Amino acid sequence: MNSFRKGFTDGIPIGLGYLAVSFSFGILAVAGGLNIWQATLISMTNLTSAGQFAGLTIMLSGGSIVEMIISQIVINLRYSLMSISLSQHIDKTMNLPRKLFYGEFHTDEIFAVSVGHPEKLGNRYFLGVIIAPYIGWTLGTFLGAVCGEVLPAIITNALGVALYGMFIAIVVPPMKHSWKMATVVGIAVLLSVAFAYVPVLKNITPGFAIIICAVTASLFGAFVFPVSDDEKKPVKAKEE
Amino acid sequence: MNWLVFLKYLALMAVVTYLIRVLPYVFMRKEVKNRFFRSFLAYVPYTVLAAMTFPAILSATGNIYSALAGLLAGIIVAFFEKGLLTVALSSCVAVLAAELLIKFVFH
Repeated sequence: MNSFRKGFTDGIPIGLGYLAVSFSFGILAVAGGLNIWQATLISMTNLTSAGQFAGLTIMLSGGSIVEMIISQIVINLRYSLMSISLSQHIDKTMNLPRKLFYGEFHTDEIFAVSVGHPEKLGNRYFLGVIIAPYIGWTLGTFLGAVCGEVLPAIITNALGVALYGMFIAIVVPPMKHSWKMATVVGIAVLLSVAFAYVPVLKNITPGFAIIICAVTASLFGAFVFPVSDDEKKPVKAKEE
Repeated sequence: MNWLVFLKYLALMAVVTYLIRVLPYVFMRKEVKNRFFRSFLAYVPYTVLAAMTFPAILSATGNIYSALAGLLAGIIVAFFEKGLLTVALSSCVAVLAAELLIKFVFH
């Protein structure tokens, strides 16, 4: 399979998941007072779930410029980590204009499928992988804005889980092959539970909580289970 | 919403989000040699995704039981290393089945 097709195929489940999630964003945005085109325009220019949801809330409540900037930085800071990671995973076809272009499409899921490949990736792969997610995210928002309230909650609930299902599909196999990975991910999950339920901790915004969980667990992993020089990732190496 | 007000917010959101994504991508030109930093970066995607999934998935559906059904179905199918789409759809079907069960059988 060539790189473009491989990327395109990788992007299809992401696009389907996005269709469901952005659908609910479309419903929310229109219910809050945006028109269909404004809702769609947010998705076309941001391509991020948590950041958009937060931005919408600030927009509708007439929040300040500073509030908007800080919320976007905090909630989306994880993309910086992902971009640094991806910058180590691209080949020579990724020149500056292409980086400036493809950088816009660094979402959690596109990042996850990209780094899941053992080989370095280039222009053709990324061109393929962004198509379905971008269409799914934009189209889902549009459809949600237009006709979202027609579908019963029982259907939208089921579709909404697709995104988490994809995360699970990415995280579980490496945990199965490596107890080190399983330990590090387990720490991240424990911290995440603490940020959801423990008083004081649960007042921290979700975006910031994710950053703390991921950075703490990954630092622990890097200290205690460092990756050896010959293996690119701890996850690909099956353990004896 | 008034288009002028909307566009002001939209520009802020979009530009900040874009710069967060692109600046590290463009300025990290060299291969990272440092073993500690490389190890850190190798773990990041999995810890980020895990932290975003749990416990958030528990409140993502109509009730915690259907959410647990979706979570378990996803973990089981993922354990057998099926593709992304298979795992995602298994979760969806499990949630739908659980919600239908709760709605029509246990009520």
